[in-house]
Amino acid sequence: MIGQGRLAAWGIGLAALVALPFLYRDPYHLHILVLILIWSFAYTSWSMMGRFGLVSLGHGGFMGIGAYVTALLWNHLGLSPWIGIPISMAAAGVLALIVGYPCFRFRITGHYFVLVTLALSGIVLQVITATRDYTGGSLGYTPNRASGNKLLALQFDDKTTWYLIALGVWLFGIVVWHWVDRSMARYALEAISEDEDAAAAAGVDVTAEKLKITLLSALMTALAGAIYCQYQMFITPDTVSGIAVSLQMVFAAIVGGLFVSLGPTFGAIITILLAETLRIGFGTKAVGWDNLVYGVLLVLFIIFLPKGILGSLLDRLKPQPKVPRAHEQEAVQIARPGA
Amino acid sequence: MFMQAFLDIFDIYLLEAVINGILLGGVLALLALGLNLIFGVIDVTWICYAELVMIGMYAMYFMVQVYGLSYFVAAPFTILLVAVLGAALHYLVIAPLLTAPPINQLLATGGVLFVLQSFATVAFGIDFRNLGIRLPVLAFGDMNFSYARLLSFLAALVGMVAVYLFMTRTFTGTAIRAISQDRQIMALMGVDTRRIYLITSAIGGGLAGLAACLLVLQYDVHPFVGLSFGPITFLICVLGGLGNFIGGFIAAFVFAEIISLGGLFSDLEWGYVLAFAFFIVMMFIRPAGLFARRR
Repeated sequence: MIGQGRLAAWGIGLAALVALPFLYRDPYHLHILVLILIWSFAYTSWSMMGRFGLVSLGHGGFMGIGAYVTALLWNHLGLSPWIGIPISMAAAGVLALIVGYPCFRFRITGHYFVLVTLALSGIVLQVITATRDYTGGSLGYTPNRASGNKLLALQFDDKTTWYLIALGVWLFGIVVWHWVDRSMARYALEAISEDEDAAAAAGVDVTAEKLKITLLSALMTALAGAIYCQYQMFITPDTVSGIAVSLQMVFAAIVGGLFVSLGPTFGAIITILLAETLRIGFGTKAVGWDNLVYGVLLVLFIIFLPKGILGSLLDRLKPQPKVPRAHEQEAVQIARPGA
Repeated sequence: MFMQAFLDIFDIYLLEAVINGILLGGVLALLALGLNLIFGVIDVTWICYAELVMIGMYAMYFMVQVYGLSYFVAAPFTILLVAVLGAALHYLVIAPLLTAPPINQLLATGGVLFVLQSFATVAFGIDFRNLGIRLPVLAFGDMNFSYARLLSFLAALVGMVAVYLFMTRTFTGTAIRAISQDRQIMALMGVDTRRIYLITSAIGGGLAGLAACLLVLQYDVHPFVGLSFGPITFLICVLGGLGNFIGGFIAAFVFAEIISLGGLFSDLEWGYVLAFAFFIVMMFIRPAGLFARRR
């Protein structure tokens, strides 16, 4: 599917990205880049589901589990993140299955699915806050500094290493996105998001297909949370879990564009640069302004540009006659139980 | 002897928690009614509903604390203000999206949530503020009840009865109920749906304003106060069946009891955890709400 030219463009772009920290070493800018890459990965994970109309507000919960389980295992059991991260991902995956299976089995869709997943991220946030004896509650939590092997503890002091790790994880996310994009599952899921009954009649196992993509999305989101925790070395319930984080994912994915692989990345670049510019330009006076701008943009985007910036730009660039699918007219299309 | 004394005290606490749960349920039911009204008539979920309440609480704070108005003078102004906000929300955000898929409307109001929260942060700062009115505590036997909670419970009941009378006794109310039954036909019957939507949004906002007047008696105001009762309100509406007024009313009390009793045996957070978990379990037993008829 990917032509020679595009493959070359990807190769050159990647080489430039890998070479960047060796040529340019400003720690602040590298820090911003690492954050953009980690959040891009999280947003990409969300849009794996979101692009098929499975709008989840529970991803804050998965991210929180990824971050907190990894940190708790390290601090209390001394378990290396190399083992802790897979465990935390598995925990998020199990939770996704527990909530997802009955949802899809009983065809909880639309508003109801959004609100069930909202409850999920609410639960995770409250559990983290309630078990404050272990997690530090809303004051936040810091993984212990490694005394011995840094590699074993997945703690590095230099930004270059983190940049390369974040780049690798982000690239993994993009590869998975393309892998899903080219798989049969994509067609099945698109059929489901257009009309569940018709898809089921055509032989698509609706529950299984939805469950697979939900599991994949939850695993990746937990990984994003764990990497974020290892990089920042400080997590609070509000920065990695809860409804605000879930809404932030939805927002960035929509602004960037859900239906193109680099859309969520584009959304992360815009939102993080916006927040940082406001923070540097206005200092403490800027508290709240970034979210104010986000909110206004989100409303405007949904009304006027539901395909997102990158999605609309790409459409503009290649005006090939393509019949627009109904669901791409919508910011996020919701799976409907029959028409 | 000791055991007996322990049981006595325990039962008193239990009873107190049960009654406090009922009192909490009144305000939650009021919030749920507002959301259900919007959903039932316009078919939209206002994710930012609790943030409208937050703005109303700030309005009360400023009128009472800063400008020195009496509480009962300020309350009608607050209700009016939030009602206007509700109508503006509909006119500016929902109306352009009426033909869009429902999820876009939901997400757009999510954007409004960000806007209202950060507007409050920018305009009022992140300090916790309160009215400075300390209402007496009512002692009844060995149990203590906050006067504020009792007052809010009664006011919430009055508010709900007023809405009920409006919906059943006036022409506009009847038109609103008719539209929630059949959107297309009512337009053909000569009812101006746009006007009805605006009125409904204003009523929904007004209910949020009333809830703000009551909640400000019990809780401090800060920009994120909406997050502490917003999610629970959505869960109540979904559990009762979105758009089902009676279901929402009963679900509000079920949730309030779970939170209140859960908080009795452990921390308040565990009460919320229990309520959320109960919600998820219920969704699987009755996906279309507690009182949905089986299709």
